[in-house]
Parts: sequence; C-alpha cells; structure tokens
Amino acid sequence: MLAFILRRLAQSIVVMLVVALISFMLFRYVGDPIASMLGQESRLSDIEELRQRLGLNDPFYIQFARFIANAVQGEFGISYRLQQPVSELIMTRLPATIELAFTSALIALVFGITLGVFTALKPKSFATAAIMTLSLVGVSLPTFLIGIGLIYIFAVELQWLPSFGRGEVVDLGWWRTGLLTESGRRSLILPAITLSLFQLTLIMRLVRAEMLEVLRADYIRFAKARGLSQRAINFGHALKNTLVPVITITGLQLGSVIAFAIVTETVFQWPGVGSLFINSVQVVDVPVMAAYLMFIAFVFVVINLIVDILYYAVDPRLRVHSIGAGK
Amino acid sequence: MRKLLITASMLALGAAVMPASAETVRWARASDALTLDPHSQNQGVTHNFNHHIYETLLNRDVEGNLVPRLATEWFVKEDDPTVWVFKLREGVKFHGGEDFTAEDVVFSLDRARTEKSNMRQLHADVESVSAVDDLTVEVKMKGPSPLYPNNVTNTFIMDKGWSEENDVVEVQDFAAGEDNYAVRNTNGTGPYVLTSREPDVRSVLTAFDGHWAEAPDVTEIIYLPIRENATRVAALLSGEVDLVQDVPVQDIERLSATDGVKVNTGPENRIIYFGYKFGDEPLKSSNITDKNPFNDPKVREAMELAIDREAIQRVVMRGQSVPAGVATPPFVNGWTPELDAYPAPDVEKAKALLAEAGYADGFTVTLDTPNDRYVNDEAISQAVVGMLGQIGIRVTLASRPVAQHSPIILANDTDFYLLGWGVPTFDSAYIFNDLVHTKDGNYGAYNVGLYSNPDLDTKIQSLGTETDLDKRNATVAEIWEVVKADRVLLPIHNQVLAYAMKEGLDLPVHPENQPLLNELKVGE
Repeated sequence: MLAFILRRLAQSIVVMLVVALISFMLFRYVGDPIASMLGQESRLSDIEELRQRLGLNDPFYIQFARFIANAVQGEFGISYRLQQPVSELIMTRLPATIELAFTSALIALVFGITLGVFTALKPKSFATAAIMTLSLVGVSLPTFLIGIGLIYIFAVELQWLPSFGRGEVVDLGWWRTGLLTESGRRSLILPAITLSLFQLTLIMRLVRAEMLEVLRADYIRFAKARGLSQRAINFGHALKNTLVPVITITGLQLGSVIAFAIVTETVFQWPGVGSLFINSVQVVDVPVMAAYLMFIAFVFVVINLIVDILYYAVDPRLRVHSIGAGK
Repeated sequence: MRKLLITASMLALGAAVMPASAETVRWARASDALTLDPHSQNQGVTHNFNHHIYETLLNRDVEGNLVPRLATEWFVKEDDPTVWVFKLREGVKFHGGEDFTAEDVVFSLDRARTEKSNMRQLHADVESVSAVDDLTVEVKMKGPSPLYPNNVTNTFIMDKGWSEENDVVEVQDFAAGEDNYAVRNTNGTGPYVLTSREPDVRSVLTAFDGHWAEAPDVTEIIYLPIRENATRVAALLSGEVDLVQDVPVQDIERLSATDGVKVNTGPENRIIYFGYKFGDEPLKSSNITDKNPFNDPKVREAMELAIDREAIQRVVMRGQSVPAGVATPPFVNGWTPELDAYPAPDVEKAKALLAEAGYADGFTVTLDTPNDRYVNDEAISQAVVGMLGQIGIRVTLASRPVAQHSPIILANDTDFYLLGWGVPTFDSAYIFNDLVHTKDGNYGAYNVGLYSNPDLDTKIQSLGTETDLDKRNATVAEIWEVVKADRVLLPIHNQVLAYAMKEGLDLPVHPENQPLLNELKVGE
C-alpha cells in the first residue's frame, strides 16, 4: 500500500513538472508583461532595464529553473499587476472559489439525481420530455450567456438577487466565508446555478441512463416478484446501484468545476482564483498565471490520487497486481 | 427551486425598505487600481483612485486647465529661467496628523525621480529640488522648461516622516521578492481616507475630516471593479451601484433612455490614428517587393481620401467619437480648427492618385491592430480595411490583445498599425517628441513608422527650452503644418468618454478620465 502511494506521489510530481514546463513555454506567446507595466512615457532604456531586472532576458530554461527552485520553497514571487505576493493573493481568493464550486456541485448532485431518477421512473410522461429537452439547452448554451441571462432576469428585471460580487464576508482568520451572512448567501445563488447547470445535466443524464439499465436487471425483477414495495425497489435497490459511477464522476468533475469556474467568476465578478487568473492573463502577469496553473494541476493530481487510493482499497485485483510488480 | 426564489424575493424586499444613503456613492469601474504606491505605476486607473487619497501640487479641471491643489502659486524664478517656484498651501494635514511642508514635497519629487519610479520620465529634466522655507519649493531644471508644471498633475505628495518610518523611501521593486508597505497602506493629504481594501473586489474610502477644502457631498465611496461590461451595466440598472465610469459605447443609448439613469459624455484627451512605415526599404507584408508604397506622398493622400471618418463615427462608434483631421486632441496647446479639418472622402480621386503613383492595381499590406485597448479598436480597423479595399489596397488584418500588440509597436515590427495617444501634458511637444521626432535616444519612442525629418527634429528640440511662449507657439504651428502636409500620421478620431450614474448625481466627464468624487454634487 505504502509503495503504491509513494509511486503515485512520484508520478504526481512528474505531472506537475510537465504542467509547469508546458505553461512556461506557452507564456512566451501570451505577450509582453512590460507593455502593461510601463506607461507610454517609458523610454526604450527603461523597458530594457526592467526586463533585465525581472530576468526576462534570460534563456527560457534558466527562467524555468528559477521558477521551479522558488516554487519548491512555496515562493511564487510578486504579482506584476497587483504588486502583492502571489501565494497570498491565491490564498485569499481560494475560499470564494471553493465555496462556489462546492455549492454548485451540491446543486448539481441534488437536482441531477432527483431529476435523473424521476425521468427514469416515468420515461413516457410529458414532464420527462420537457426536462430532457431543457437539459439539452443547459448543455449547449454557453455559461457566459446563461450567466448574463440570469443577471438580466433576476437582478435587473426582478431585482431579487445581486448581479455581482460576493456580498458581505465574515473573516474567520484563515477563511473568508460568505455563507454566514444573508447578502453572502444571496450573492451565491446565481453564480452557483450558472456553474452547476452543465454538471447538473450531466449527472441527470448519467443517473437516468444507469437507472434505466438497472431497472431492467434480473434482481429488480426478482424483487418485484417477491412483492417488495415500489419505493423499496426504486430507492433501496435500483438507486443504490446507480450511484457508484455517479460518485466517481462527481468527484472528478469537482476538479474541473474549480478549474473552469473562470467564466462564471468573470461574469459575476466573483472574487475567486478564476477571475484573478483572467485579470492576470490580460496583462501577462506571469507569476500569477504560473502559480494558478500549478495550483490547478495540484488539485487534479490530489483528486486523482485519492480516487486511485480508493480504487486500490475497493478493487482487490489492483493489490494483487502491485504485489506482483513489487517482486 | 420555487421556494428558493420566494425566499430570495422576500429577502430582497427587506433590503429595499432600507433607505439608500445619499452620501455613499458606489462607484464601479472595469478595473482596479494596480497599487497604492503613488509613484510605482503611471497608469490612469491607478492615478484616478489615488487622487482621492493623495494630492498633487497642481491638477487638471474638467476643462483641462491647470488648477492649484497643494500648490497655490507657481512661477518661474525671476532671475533664473531654469527654476520653477511652487508656493504651498498653508494648514494642510496628512491623514496621520502630520503637517504638510516643503520637506514632504522635496522628498516626494525626489522619490518620483528614482530609478524604480514609473513617474520619472515626467521629471527627467529636473536637476534638483530644494525647500526654501516651509511653504516654498524650488525645482531646478536642467535648462529652461516652460511647461514643467504640466508634468506634476499625477505626481502625488507623500509624508516624509511616515515614509521613513515605514521603510518606503524607495518605490516598490517588481523584481524584489516582497511587496512594500506603501502598496497597501496610505497616508496622503487627500479628501478621503482609505478604510478598507481588497484588490479587484472592493475598496472603501471615507471623507477626511481634516481636509483643507470644504467638506464634500459624498462622504463615503465604495469602489467596485466589475470587469465584465454587461455585468457592470446590469449592476447600475439593478441599483447595486450608483456610478459607472467605463460605459461601453453600445450601451450609452439604452442607458440614456432608462428612467432614473443619467449619462454624461464628453471628449477624452486621446487621439486614435493609423501609422505606416516610411523609408525606401520594401514592406515586409506587401506584394510590392522592390519599394515602399507608403513612402510615396500620393499613396498617403489616397489613403486619407479613401477613409470616411464620419462613417466610422456613425457606424462603428455609434456617434460616440469626434472625427479628427490632425493627430492631436482639441485640448492640446497647438490645436486649431483649421488643422483639424479633414477632406471629404473621394474614392475616384484616391484611385487616380494611386494610379499616378504607379499602383493602379493597388497592393497588399498587413494592418496590426489591438483588440482590447481602445474603444472598438478592432472594429475601426475592420472598417478601414473595407474602405481601403475600395481603392485597391488589399489589407490583411492582424488583430492582437494589447499585451502582444505593444511589443510589435515598440520594435517597429509593423508596416501599418493602429495606435492611440493621450497627451497628459496638454502640449503638442509631447506628441512631437514621441511620435514625430526621429527615433533616437529619448526621442521618438513611438515613432513606429520611423519617419525622419532633420529639419523638424531641430524645431522639436528647440521647444523644450524656448521660454518665449509666442515664439514657441509659432514653432509648434510650423511643425504641425509640415506634419499634416506630409501625412506623418493618419488621424481618425478622438475618443469620447461616458459616465453613467443614477438620477441625482452629476459627474462631468474629465478629459483625462480622472474625475474627483469629492467634486461630485449630490442633488435630490
């Protein structure tokens, strides 16, 4: 077990290094950070000097090595744009993103499973047809449009919910939460719905397909033959067996919800790491971009590691294989 | 879901009962100030925010005139034309309670001139700054500099003692591994004190009791950066913000027609123009490989005749621009209505001129344009591509974000480009120095087309030290004459700014896009 985890960890480090390398190669095509750091008054000599001071004239591999050496010590430098330490910027923005991601995952899970079960149990009803059609819209409409649409309806026309920001936050010292205040919770509703729609439809379709499959299985028919109540069959047996793949998918999707909250965060001016990243890309704030990409890689690596360990615990075949490899 | 919405609507009702305080203004912009260190960045949004906390010796009013701020009088020393004297305002206090004295001005101007300061180009001609007494400062220039006061309108004054105490005598260094105290903490003499700040999210400013001017109507400012255009406008429509400074052109009409919303528009001190490569060397992006078509005055004239500035104003800018015939905004010393006249488009004549120049079949060229820097910059370029196509100049458009456009511009790596130019000194010399003078040393940094006219260079250099203002203005007029006749640049229009606010507020448009909210009048 320990050997397996260690090997997995070693692989994760390689993955992170590769991500860092690729992102560093890409940064060279994003533009020149100096352009936004110096105004139109700046002389060519100023530009050259700043470039020199920031080490932007060094060859690519030296810049990369310097970045890795600092990153290992948890040092990501100073944001070119906001002139504050990058690790601190990311840490202060992280709670907003995580609260948004978890809330939307929760919405997606609850509504996805409920609707999925419903549409599987009543495949011929009108409501099912309506839900399935609507879910197509949910999958195909871009997040940006959904967000703007929701803002227009609920903030501008009805004036029920705030259109931007995170409302009042409470500082717990290590975590700034919006969940403890009314305005914070109200601000969370629209962005969380926007971010969850895609996952919601995904989970719904998955549950429905699995459920339809399970409902045809022999043990369901035997259960019916035994005279179990419909309720016990549907929720006690069928749904339970549907949930295994759903949990796997949800776990993996959580990573992408954190990573791809960028659009939602931008539309709603949600002060998370995604909007920090977008603002940084525009002015080529390399230290923030690099740290953000490393962070996202880290999230995926950790989630995959946990999933792998869970599989290892669940599936005896993996254990046999690893013992064999150990010899 | 329904239950959720009902709960939410009840909450909203509860909030609506509370009266909106008239003195608090929620002010939304597209981006946040980059830093609070007053000399670290020379950038409009940052200056605009800092102008509320820190103050400058002189300032610009909404008409673009120089007005007193921390200095009450300024003049050239009688017996020495190279010395500017600033008389300082009495009884000014910093937020921390310290007295404002000449020592603070000397310290701040020195700090702004250090190597890591982004303001130092504006003070490049300063030799030394000294305090004569507590309320008099003398700035010794390297030579006569009749227009130096124009350069101090964004250079903020810090308290010397506070800066030394908090170890911020030096400006924030990008390359250093840590941020300095002044990036997040302030101690200015301005009308507002910073009470809280979360970069990119929200900053709160409250009126400073000890400020020297009369108390402002607006006692609290909540500054809210909202990046997305649609969201920013929605926030105003839903009543969550009171003032939107960066209003997208396409929304001006709709907002003006909305009840309870007022839109103020006015010209910005920024000209949008096209430039092209001069010189005999063939263009790198053209099918003409033995010579440079742009070097022929007839071609440049044909291009000007092909471009319909009024169509661009009407269609691309939805009326929100001021077409221009000269590469300077009207605010600038040296601008005249005669210079600003532009020819009516004439496609036939343009074609004839091209044929005369030997390009009857036209030619191809690539146009480099930014797409996120100026108002509708990419759309302007697209329109020009079409207009030039009519006379046979087949233009390929290369559109890039400003972070990629700028390096091309600075490296002169373009044949044909779009650029905008603001003139913070409000004087033509600022334009000539950077756009017209031969690229050489400190001159011509943005002379992207590498235009070179030694005769003009001499005249431009003479502007820097000419103390006789009439003589100087005559030289400015002579230079513009040549620049316009030679078509060194192809000006299109001046940008227009729009501020949208809730009814009851009235914030006039500032030509530098740096309005002061302590001057904002709150009505009923």
